[in-house]
Amino acid sequence: MSKRIEAEGVTAWFGSHKAIESVSVAIEPKQVTALIGPSGCGKSTFIRTLNRMHEVVPGARMEGKVLLDGEDIYGDGVSATDVRRSIGMVFQRPNPFPTMSIRDNVAAGLKLNGVRGKSAIDDAVERSLRLAGLWDEVSTRLNRPGAGLSGGQQQRLCIARAIAVEPHVLLMDEPCSALDPVSTLTIEDLITDLKDDYTIVIVTHNMQQAARVSDVTAFFNIGGPGEPGRVVEMGATSKIFTKPDDERTEAYITGRFG
Amino acid sequence: MSAALGVGLGGVVSASTRRRRSVVNAIACTALGASVVIALIPLALVLGYTISKGSKALTGSFLTHSMRGVGPLDGTGGAYHAIIGTLEQVLIASLIAIPLGLLVAVYIVEYGRGPLRSAVRFLIDVMTGIPSIVAGLFIFAFWVLGLHRGFSGLAAGLALAVLMLPVVVRSAEEMLKLVPDNLREASYALGIPRWRTVVSVVLPTASAGITTGVMLAVARVTGETAPLLLTAFGYDAIRTSPAKGPQSGLPLFVFQQAGSAFDVAVRRAWAGALTLIAIVLVLTVVARVVAGRSQLKAN
Amino acid sequence: MTTTDATAVPVRPRRQNPRGDQVFHAAATAAGVAVLLLIVAIAAFLIARAAPAYHRAGWRFLTEREWFPDDPSRAFGILALAFGTIVSAVLALILAVPVALGSALFLTELAPPALGRWVGHLVDLLAAVPSVVYGLWGVYYLVPRLIPVSRFLDRTLGFIPLFDSRNNTYGRSLFAAAVVLAIMVLPIVAAIAREVFRQVPTADREAALALGATRWEAIRLAVLPYSRGGVVGAVMLGLGRALGETIAIALVLAASFKVDIHVLEPGGNTIAANIATKFGESGAHGREALIASGLVLFAITLVVNVVARGVVYRSAIAAEGRP
Repeated sequence: MSKRIEAEGVTAWFGSHKAIESVSVAIEPKQVTALIGPSGCGKSTFIRTLNRMHEVVPGARMEGKVLLDGEDIYGDGVSATDVRRSIGMVFQRPNPFPTMSIRDNVAAGLKLNGVRGKSAIDDAVERSLRLAGLWDEVSTRLNRPGAGLSGGQQQRLCIARAIAVEPHVLLMDEPCSALDPVSTLTIEDLITDLKDDYTIVIVTHNMQQAARVSDVTAFFNIGGPGEPGRVVEMGATSKIFTKPDDERTEAYITGRFG
Repeated sequence: MSAALGVGLGGVVSASTRRRRSVVNAIACTALGASVVIALIPLALVLGYTISKGSKALTGSFLTHSMRGVGPLDGTGGAYHAIIGTLEQVLIASLIAIPLGLLVAVYIVEYGRGPLRSAVRFLIDVMTGIPSIVAGLFIFAFWVLGLHRGFSGLAAGLALAVLMLPVVVRSAEEMLKLVPDNLREASYALGIPRWRTVVSVVLPTASAGITTGVMLAVARVTGETAPLLLTAFGYDAIRTSPAKGPQSGLPLFVFQQAGSAFDVAVRRAWAGALTLIAIVLVLTVVARVVAGRSQLKAN
Repeated sequence: MTTTDATAVPVRPRRQNPRGDQVFHAAATAAGVAVLLLIVAIAAFLIARAAPAYHRAGWRFLTEREWFPDDPSRAFGILALAFGTIVSAVLALILAVPVALGSALFLTELAPPALGRWVGHLVDLLAAVPSVVYGLWGVYYLVPRLIPVSRFLDRTLGFIPLFDSRNNTYGRSLFAAAVVLAIMVLPIVAAIAREVFRQVPTADREAALALGATRWEAIRLAVLPYSRGGVVGAVMLGLGRALGETIAIALVLAASFKVDIHVLEPGGNTIAANIATKFGESGAHGREALIASGLVLFAITLVVNVVARGVVYRSAIAAEGRP
């Protein structure tokens, strides 16, 4: 069920500020692709163009193509809501819906998209929570508020919520940046498990994390202050972290800037 | 503080200067504390006097009888008709102002763009400052005279809705703004359309705060007298239909009884005032309790 | 780790009505436009009904003290009403503002935060008491108790016309009305002032304290200068409220149509109170005249409120340091 994503010449703006310029990247299914780079290099902007979340920001716009198994998600007649249902997203800060129980959080995407049938929804909730590795911890208190969980559990709840609608791709925008080291490792294990079923793209600040979880790494950078971000180099993670082709990549991964 | 100052600036600041400053500080802080006490004295006096006067006059018969056929010197009669009128008028106002106000707030926070949004926000501010008597005059000119509908509880409900609308909008707007954007994003990222996001994620998250604002708005208009004078006009008997002819309302009843020269009427005014203040204060206090349970905290 | 069972019941979302968003967006926008139309309607209907009265009275509407709009042989105008409105509102602010600002400063700067919030809610309760209750309380409790105060002011400061009662009568005067009004605007000014003072950055306060300033000096050096705009706005919003108050004044004042600075003497009237007391007994001409006076009140409160909002808004921007 995982699908391939191809971004072709993606350029994105916030108002008059150009955040990224002609980013072309091919993301393979059943792999984890990490996007790394210094702050403000546009990796978060880029990942948000992959499921049309970029356009949610007032004044934001983009050019270029994003193909999901060959179909342009920005094509005529393709609705943003359909795109987001097949390309899920997990955010920096765990953001469970505060008014909903654990069960309702996981079921939210299904219910609010019009899925009916208690047994189908209950099955989906259990399946998603198991996939997210959270079932054993919460199965006895599914009616408790999602906001009552620990930070790491909340983030796994958000992952369960994202995969409950059965997307083909899972985008993760620095999913561990607000978590403690133990929770971070749990999430990283989860990512490794999930890649059997999903195409996974992860933005991370943490280079050890990229090295641990990803198969392919893309390094983003900007030419200077105020300039748009571009992809400097992309390749197998093992190669990027041992002998990168570009000297800027080498400078970044050895900690000389960023 | 002054000890540290003494060590650091011992040679510069004389002891007498230090003493003078600390005396000024003590006087000023006492004055500020006293002003809190002064502010609370009228609250205690108004509540205490109304309770003591009102509790003597408030009887079961007062709450269950109207003023129909009650002569100027009769000690009988009550506010039943006025309480019915107030319930109907406030209900009408709420049915109009709460849904409309929520929609306006949703427009301002979730959808509004450019000059129309600025204009709507500005006009809501303007409406907040409209004196209640002017709202009454408007409905009198528009509904009672302009559309030849005459005085009625419905007209009063419309006037109260004009006063309630900006209060509902402002409080709902504040609460909607407190809903973190990351919840909206989480919803969009699940492929949930915008309108469902607003209805099923944003509004429930803000619901405690919005409920508080709505209850305070209801409390405010429940106590309004001036618009009722020009729209409901007042009536001595029970009139259950808000659309047919003049009606009374509890605040209007209190005003009309208070204006009488006879003691029996003034007693009824106090009983009515106590009833009114009880309704309004209960609404206000419950609203504050609901606010305390809100998941959204303003900084 | 379980993998998704390919034979599991397929859970495919049903397609949403694609027009749901458009409908909701249109409804919200329509509600916004309704607010616009409502304001236009308020202005239009008041002007239309007031026009005949302006036409009959001409410029004398602004200069005449009497109010006999139903009698073709007598005149009517708002001079006495406008005078009473402004004098009572200004007096009320003079009484209320120091107490409101003092209590707001105490509750935000000196009191422990929990106590400050709690007492703040109590002060807010003053605003929840209906104005008809203030009126009733004013007539039967406050007015008799203000008579000795008035007499004392007359005896000690009577050489100033403001405090002079020429026939030594006191009671249902503009002064008494102003005291009731002061109690009613106090919670409004105090609530906004608390908001304004809370906006002062803690760092500014601590900077003053770190220099060895006392609490009061820190308030004077860091808090007050910073919040001047917001305080002016709060006072003006209180003024708007005081100008429009109707029922409490209608009950407390013994209405008379005079332009007289001897505020301790019974009598006087305001635009709003006059509408409330005269409406029932007025004929068609009389009601048009009342609407005409209400339109003037509307215009005055509109200007006061718009300016006040502008001041508060600008000071809030300055406080946040961003546009």
